[in-house]
Amino acid sequence: MSASSVIGTSLTMAKALNEGLRKAMEDDPKVVMMGEDVGKLGGVFRITDGLQKDFGEDRVIDTPLAESGIVGTAVGLAIRGYRPVCEIQFDGFVFPAFDQIVSQVAKLHNRSAGQVKVPITIRIPYGGGIGAVEHHSESPEAYFAHTAGLKVVACADPSDAYWMVQQAIADDDPVIFLEPKRRYHAAKAEIAAAPTPLHQARVIRPGTAATLATYGATVSVALEAAEAAAADGTQLEVIDLRSVSPIDTETVVDSVRRTGRLLVTHEAPLSFGPAAEIAARVQEQAFYSLEAPVLRVTGYDTPYPPSRLENEWLPNLDRVLDGIDRLMSY
Amino acid sequence: MSEHVVAVQPEPDMIQLLTPEGQRVDHPDYPLGLSDEDIAGLYRDLVLVRRIDTEAIALQRQGELGLWASLLGQEAAQIGAGRALRPHDMAFPTYREHGVAWCRGVDPLTLLGLFRGTNLGGWSPSEHNFNLYTIVIGAQTLHATGYAMGVVRDGAVGTGDPDRDTAVLAFFGDGASSQGDVNEAFVWAAAGNLPIVFLCQNNQWAISEPVERQSRVPLYQRSAGFGFPGMRVDGNDVLASYAVTRRALDDARNAQGPTLIEAFTYRMNPHTTNDDPRRYRLGSELETWKLRDPIERVRAYLSREAGYGSDYFAAIEDESKKLAEHVRAGCRALPDPTPQSLFDSVYVTMPAELRAQRDEFVEFVGSLEEASA
Ligand SMILES: Cc1ncc(C[n+]2csc(CCOP(=O)(O)OP(=O)(O)O)c2C)c(N)n1
Repeated sequence: MSASSVIGTSLTMAKALNEGLRKAMEDDPKVVMMGEDVGKLGGVFRITDGLQKDFGEDRVIDTPLAESGIVGTAVGLAIRGYRPVCEIQFDGFVFPAFDQIVSQVAKLHNRSAGQVKVPITIRIPYGGGIGAVEHHSESPEAYFAHTAGLKVVACADPSDAYWMVQQAIADDDPVIFLEPKRRYHAAKAEIAAAPTPLHQARVIRPGTAATLATYGATVSVALEAAEAAAADGTQLEVIDLRSVSPIDTETVVDSVRRTGRLLVTHEAPLSFGPAAEIAARVQEQAFYSLEAPVLRVTGYDTPYPPSRLENEWLPNLDRVLDGIDRLMSY
Repeated sequence: MSEHVVAVQPEPDMIQLLTPEGQRVDHPDYPLGLSDEDIAGLYRDLVLVRRIDTEAIALQRQGELGLWASLLGQEAAQIGAGRALRPHDMAFPTYREHGVAWCRGVDPLTLLGLFRGTNLGGWSPSEHNFNLYTIVIGAQTLHATGYAMGVVRDGAVGTGDPDRDTAVLAFFGDGASSQGDVNEAFVWAAAGNLPIVFLCQNNQWAISEPVERQSRVPLYQRSAGFGFPGMRVDGNDVLASYAVTRRALDDARNAQGPTLIEAFTYRMNPHTTNDDPRRYRLGSELETWKLRDPIERVRAYLSREAGYGSDYFAAIEDESKKLAEHVRAGCRALPDPTPQSLFDSVYVTMPAELRAQRDEFVEFVGSLEEASA
């Protein structure tokens, strides 16, 4: 399928990512895919399905089973002028590559006084809610967002998935690209004709009573919450941040200036998470607009639990609505 | 890329003590020293762990387990190695060593919590000298190595006292052999001459990747570069797996240092219940390996050479049915964790702020229950 033809069609997020990767490979012969089982199998989630067949084994590489190796060799490929796209099979398996990511990928441009570019994209299916065993449901974004030199983004719908993955690959900086795995096969949606800038947040539902900001896996929860709150007469403004680092603070602050209230939700644990950073910025920049403290509804400060407890642990609809109640009653 | 990679062929010198047809063969370095009764006991183990596996797969299909990693085809490697351990030896499994768990006396129900999602393992490694399952590929080989360092510091090697001398057995897969952790474990074990046996079950596949993706040389040859011996055993031959592991564990206990054993076997089922192997391997490969089934050859030996008759096999079949019932009923009866247990055992000493988070959570869950009542 030629990539231009997917614009205007309705795709799942999984298929949209696949098409986005395909387009990136067509557009730039320096783009290579690497990861465990990405070739013949098409990845355990089939996101790279068919790419090895169409682009060959030297551009879609089934790597040895070693994440530090995947990312470390991507650095070498980047130095040699390639644009590697690494797939980490599951969120919990990125940590063997942690040193390569935070000490090497993130710093090489800086260490070379700007002479080396490291245009690596590290794709990570992340987040919970799929009933998986341990290490398969984590939200590691804060570790990476805390590291200068890395950009961290998360797609939340098929159109963004299609466009953002291409933007991440085309970006000359390294990008941690988070894919909310439980949304891979959720509702299909139309692929927009043009992308939104990669690090720009988007108001996806306008409202006046309070702002609900989130990204990735919890965007759909936020929209549900807004729907439920609207039924009770509370009009929430929902922001899909899209980028965790850098954060589009302006869009959030603009919204809070209008609504006076902010709740941030994400699956990653509470303490030192992205919501804390956003809360800090909003109180710095919109202090006099705030009618309530900025609230956070997130994963708890515990390891990701066994799957029988994940619904309690996750920021689900009940928990977000409870947060909204607390926010509105200030 | 791929044309540079040399396919890994089974070595002609693969150690075997029982042929696929059930013929006993002797090996000069690995005398078996087991009676027919012992062999019949191994047969029982093989049948029972296969039954546990079959039941677990069925439970997954019925929605009682979220996932299962099948050991089908690898029973002999696991039972052989597991039975070679002494009670005070320590084993470090991956997530597939249900057969080793069996040999250590771990109730199969204990294994199911992780796969059902009621806990994250939850057993005590010291209760049966069987570490928790480790899903992060290769990590446990370093834990095993550190444990072996502790054994040396405790003076529990090379004393000649069989009740004191202790060996450590670390399991990993062919895919895992590529991880930095595994290679670091080799370095440490060699440098410290540690009492550890690395047992790689080469089941030919790491999900969709054949072993040629990981290595140009047979995996057992990897140890040579690190400075300790390696050998390949027929992992579908429980007798050879037993004899070779016993010898390596003895060497470890006698302060002779580490050994790498490559158990050459085959993952007959999908990687896990989530996997679809039709996308990456030929059905004919499975057919070939069925001819090397680890159980059939023992049965053939017992009935043809050792005079075991249908009564014996029927009794085991009976026992296997009872075990299956235990697994089925026990799995369904596994208690769901209470919501507030989310906050248990995160720290030895719970920080006040986490206690506050828990209390808020409990109150919130209570308010939901009230609202729905
Ligand atoms: C660090 C890490 N990366 C990736 C995975 C995902 N994963 C689980 S099993 C597996 C293949 C393991 O193959 P092998 O070591 O040969 O063991 P087998 O499963 O065949 O027993 C992979 C890639 C993981 N569990 N841990």
